[in-house]
Amino acid sequence: MATLARLQARSKFVAQQYYFRNSVVDIFRKKEYDAAVKIQSWFRGCQVRAYIRNLHRVTTIIQKWWRSYSGRQKYQLIVKFASCAMKMNLYNAMAVRIQRRWRGYRIRKYCFNYFYLKEYLKAVSETNDAIREALEEFAEMKEREEKKADLEREEKKRDYQARKMHYLLSTKQIPGIYNSPFRKDPDPWELRLQKAKPLTYQRSKVKQKRCISLSNWLACTSARSFPRSEILPPIDRKQCQGPFRDITEVLEQRYKPLEPTLRVADPTSELKAAREEVRRQAWMRNVNDNMFLPFSSYHKNKKYIPLMHSSSKYGPNSYGSQHFRDENPKKWICDKDFQTVLPSFDLFSKYGKLYSKAGQII
Amino acid sequence: MSQRQVLQVFEQYQKARTQFVQMVAELATRPQNIETLQNAGVMSLLRPLLLDVVPTIQQTAALALGRLANYNDELAEAVVKGDILPQLVYSLAEQNRFYKKAAAFVLRAVGKHSPQLAQAIVDCGALDTLVICLEDFDPGVKEAAAWALGYIARHNAELSQAVVDAGAVPLLVLCIQEPEIALKRIAASALSDISKHSPELAQTVVDAGAIAHLAQMILNPDSKLKNQVLSALSQIAKHSVDLAEMVVEAEIFPVVLTCLKDKDEYVKKNASTLIREIAKHTPELSQLIVNAGGVAAVIDCIGSCKGNIRLPGIMMLGYVAAHSENLAMAVIISKGVPQLSVCLSEEPEDHIKAAAAWALGQIGRHTPEHARAVAVTNTLPVLLSLYMSTESSEDLQVKSKKAIKNILQKCTYLPALEPFLYDAPPNILKHVVGQFSKVLPHDSKARRLFVTSGGLKKVQEIKAEPGSLLQEYINSINNCYPEEIVRYYSPGYSDTLLQRVDSYQPLTH
Repeated sequence: MATLARLQARSKFVAQQYYFRNSVVDIFRKKEYDAAVKIQSWFRGCQVRAYIRNLHRVTTIIQKWWRSYSGRQKYQLIVKFASCAMKMNLYNAMAVRIQRRWRGYRIRKYCFNYFYLKEYLKAVSETNDAIREALEEFAEMKEREEKKADLEREEKKRDYQARKMHYLLSTKQIPGIYNSPFRKDPDPWELRLQKAKPLTYQRSKVKQKRCISLSNWLACTSARSFPRSEILPPIDRKQCQGPFRDITEVLEQRYKPLEPTLRVADPTSELKAAREEVRRQAWMRNVNDNMFLPFSSYHKNKKYIPLMHSSSKYGPNSYGSQHFRDENPKKWICDKDFQTVLPSFDLFSKYGKLYSKAGQII
Repeated sequence: MSQRQVLQVFEQYQKARTQFVQMVAELATRPQNIETLQNAGVMSLLRPLLLDVVPTIQQTAALALGRLANYNDELAEAVVKGDILPQLVYSLAEQNRFYKKAAAFVLRAVGKHSPQLAQAIVDCGALDTLVICLEDFDPGVKEAAAWALGYIARHNAELSQAVVDAGAVPLLVLCIQEPEIALKRIAASALSDISKHSPELAQTVVDAGAIAHLAQMILNPDSKLKNQVLSALSQIAKHSVDLAEMVVEAEIFPVVLTCLKDKDEYVKKNASTLIREIAKHTPELSQLIVNAGGVAAVIDCIGSCKGNIRLPGIMMLGYVAAHSENLAMAVIISKGVPQLSVCLSEEPEDHIKAAAAWALGQIGRHTPEHARAVAVTNTLPVLLSLYMSTESSEDLQVKSKKAIKNILQKCTYLPALEPFLYDAPPNILKHVVGQFSKVLPHDSKARRLFVTSGGLKKVQEIKAEPGSLLQEYINSINNCYPEEIVRYYSPGYSDTLLQRVDSYQPLTH
């Protein structure tokens, strides 16, 4: 009970104290609470910070390792690419070197060879010079030829004139017009006249046709009538375009050999030839060429003195012994006399050329 | 007695006819008589005499008709209208060679004036008989027939085709091989007239084997024959590359070059025409000519003649140089450029000057080396003066402008370009300044020379629109020099300096 009394006595106190302490404690409670909170928060903070620091440290380590790993990967990639690139650059550079050399060579050798061009131009200019020289020579030669031809023509003209004027030559008595006595030397025309042969008097005679014997009439056909080319035409040449006859036919008809009549074919000097033949035979047989004189005139070895009427100054006239017609050779047109011609029978020329078979022996 | 009298009447008449026809034929040789003869009605009188019994009268009448028709085309038309041609053609086939010659002469005289008259001759069937005459053995008849065919074929391609269809070409080729010079001449001229119209006709002539014989005849000393032969070959070669190659294969080079040294002017002209026709087709043919030394021969030939004779040679050089730069260089080293500039300055005719300008343009347009070779001979001022002169024909102006442009675009030889700064028109000035702007940045000596010769001053004076090409060129030239120099040479600099002197206040101490 004591305790109770004590307690009851103290109850007021207790209540007071209780209130007091609660209120005081209240006052300090906040402070202490705040302090406690502060301490706790600080401590928690330290804890957390330590934890976080640890975490940071650990994370850093992990990150460090991860970064180093990935960095190394990247680095290896970079190195790989860099080394690839370096190799490629090297190859490119080497390839460029090769290509450069090759392109230069190719252009210089095949597309535009400067030295070849220079050589070519030099060769061209040398050819040009040679051609120029050759052409100059040719022109000179032509000029010389022309001059020579001119000179020759002049010479011929002067010669002909000198021949025409030969009578102006000076004689011993009379000096000619080109040889005046007052001159020191005779004029060159004088010398030319001395050398010139006088022109002969041209008798007006018919121009002599070259005597063509009938056997080679074909040979005398004009060269113009038959076209001659150095290269023969090919054998299988096709017919010329146009209204032409067959060439063989035409040539046959054009160059048909002449079929002369007997009268034309016989030579006119037959009689003379026969006489000659007889004389030749006689001469062959003769032992002695002298005429065989008859014995009665053996002692008559006097020369025959012809009549004065029938002889001329220079020997016996041939008139009366060799020819019996009056002849005047100056009036002849050509310088041959008439010939005795015995024509052959016309009858025999038609032999074998008529259509009818009359009279032929079957 | 009476028989003799009767015969005497006939004899007198014949004598009168013969005399009449001979006098008319003689009078017809003089041009002043022909008018009178025409007014007197000679055509109607000669026509019945063609049918006369006496051959001499026929021949002389034909000869007189031919001479009359030869004089002018009215008379030739009168011959055609008078129905004389069929009679002539008919008797051509039958008569002797004198008549044939006279009749062919008439046909030639009628056919030479115009294509219509030649067509009239073809229509009356004369071609066949003329071709038969070509086979005659008398060379005079062949010559007259070939002459007539040549004159007919000369006018146009249809008539030539008609002549070829009549089968004349092989016979003409045979005629060329005959020994008579006159016949060769006429046959060559006829072949030339036939082949000039079209490539097919030329091919026909070539197929008959004409080229080999024509090529052989180049060596003949007769100059008229050479004329015709060279003209025939050039008419063949001008149509196509194949024909030109066939002509070249006949080995005409280097023989043709001797013809360039002939005394006769027309032989030179025809020879250079032939070489021109060959050179113009391909670079290979030009190369062949250059390798044979043809360029030097042509240049010498140009130097030795004057006037129209030079024209084919000038054109040949232009064609050769146009193909490639190596060939142009070959022309340059053969000393072609001085010769061409001589032609350009001394020829009076515009078309020859135009050809020379064109040729120079073709030579100089390839590379700076070529342009330099042309510019060194001082031809550019001549070309410029031709372009600017009002007396030059349009063709000459156009060609010289093109030549100047082509050469200037490649020219880096500055001493030749400087005179252009002073008197060139604006469209050419642009190119000149452009060339300067290309050369000056790289060459210090040239820059110095440009300044000392007054070129920089002139460039400053050029007024150009800002933004135009000319202004760009001027700017790039100005950039080669320090600013003070550019300002020094700019126009009006002395005025600005004087203004500064005026406005300067001296400091008074």
